[in-house]
Amino acid sequence: MSWIVEPGFFSNGPVHVALIVGAVSAVVSAVVGVVVVVRGQAFAGHALTDVATTGGSASFYYGVAPVIGFLAAGVLGAGAMDLIGVQRLRGRDLATGIVLSVATGLAALFLYLDATRSATTGATQQILFGSIFTLDSSTIPLVAAMSAVTLGVIAVIYRPLLMSSLSAELAAARGIALRAVGLAFMLALAIAVGLSSIAIGSILSTALLIGPAATALRVTRRLRGAFVVAVALGVGATWLGVLLAYNSYYWFPSSQGLPVSFFIVALVFLAYLVSGSSTLRRLLRPRREVTV
Amino acid sequence: MFSGFMVNAWLIGTIVAVVAGIVGFFVVLRGAAFPAHAIPNGAFAGAAGANLIGLNPLIGLGVFSLGAALGIGRLARRGRADAVTALALVMMLALGAAFLSQSTEYEPEIFSLLFGEILGVSRGQLVPVAVLALVCVVAIGVLYRRLLLTSIAPEVAAAVGLNPARIETMFLVVIACATTMTVPVVGALLIFTLMIGPPAAARSFTDRTALALWSSVAIALVTVWVALACSYQTNWPVGFFVSVVSAAFFVAGRVYAWWRHSRATTDRAPLVA
Repeated sequence: MSWIVEPGFFSNGPVHVALIVGAVSAVVSAVVGVVVVVRGQAFAGHALTDVATTGGSASFYYGVAPVIGFLAAGVLGAGAMDLIGVQRLRGRDLATGIVLSVATGLAALFLYLDATRSATTGATQQILFGSIFTLDSSTIPLVAAMSAVTLGVIAVIYRPLLMSSLSAELAAARGIALRAVGLAFMLALAIAVGLSSIAIGSILSTALLIGPAATALRVTRRLRGAFVVAVALGVGATWLGVLLAYNSYYWFPSSQGLPVSFFIVALVFLAYLVSGSSTLRRLLRPRREVTV
Repeated sequence: MFSGFMVNAWLIGTIVAVVAGIVGFFVVLRGAAFPAHAIPNGAFAGAAGANLIGLNPLIGLGVFSLGAALGIGRLARRGRADAVTALALVMMLALGAAFLSQSTEYEPEIFSLLFGEILGVSRGQLVPVAVLALVCVVAIGVLYRRLLLTSIAPEVAAAVGLNPARIETMFLVVIACATTMTVPVVGALLIFTLMIGPPAAARSFTDRTALALWSSVAIALVTVWVALACSYQTNWPVGFFVSVVSAAFFVAGRVYAWWRHSRATTDRAPLVA
């Protein structure tokens, strides 16, 4: 038993918090992620994590609660992307890139100011990589509440959102306000991403947003099915990753474990690669007999 | 300001600006902003890995950025390009986090890999950067027509038998080469800014391809020089000034394009009426 689950896993406080917060983030990320992947907005989804971390570094400097910095920067970034032109397919990556580069420039400044003003070490690493094991259990209610808000927004705009994602022309013909739906989704995305990057770190935030969703959309054609598969994959990878990271403290003689983000991302990436194998595709989606 | 260590900074900043202006022009033209962000950012993990096993960071950067370019090019053929790019990026960053957790690297090193230390460039770093810069510029020169054709007129490119997937992979390799040379000196985040801001601004100022390419280089040069001067005066990071100046150029380009457009439409209005 002990080589599967090292002693103390189930009685460890940080592990409990990591499992709960990780699962909540994974569920929200997977649901939002399916829409992100269908709309082809993976770059924006990733860029918002970096924009949010800029807010994090600014809040360190001004002594504000990091959560506020993360969320405010994310929402501002999403608004700026929309303003420059996220809605046009061709200009979209460029708009995202411009916002991202301004945000990283500001991050460079704030991290520099943080480092020169205070002697707090680890700020750079904490802000850039985050750690699910150092979470405070008092963040759970906030993460849960904001996740509920995000899922609520998605639920309200679900039908127009999907229609405008799958066929913009059709949606416009039905009188759907594409711009408004797009902006509402970007704001929901910003909140989801800002939260998950403070809770689980910016690397994991992108991984859980894109990985399970892209994998799910490869193994199932139906959108509802994709939501279910993505959520299952996200939560599964998160829990297994936390377990492996916990165990990894016992792997090396130096008892220097590997970061949990490494395991979760590796699992997510592996799932994506496996889902692309032709054997699996044939099993899951048998080719229809061609009848003439 | 123009003596001692600053000479190296001016030289290397100039080389980097020229390469970023040229490569970035095609990044913007092809809408390849995401890979241009992902390759340098992920390659930083390679430097961390090389540090861990005691190799020259340049080797780690080269291996990781080349691996990222080929991996993204390969996987994107059978999946959504943006999702694949995101996954490749987070996989590399996660490896970087794993490397860092095993090493005793202290924080300023990470900071400099991400945000660069152009003011601390030694004379010995100039040669490899100059060589790789030359390779990038020559590669773009060789690929010039094919890159233009596949980005502007994909139908024509297909008609003359160009393989867009192969051209894309070759272009990603050029980005990888530019990344390897620039990340140690200007940082992963700054090179992305230089490959996006100046070319995007240049495209707003003119519609003509060759002119846009040269203005992209010119704007990148001005951006880097202004940023270096400001950074020398204030001690603030170069990356901050590069992003502010290139964003200012972009906004100016947008305003100019909007003004030109509105003037063109009002000029034409009497004819329509």
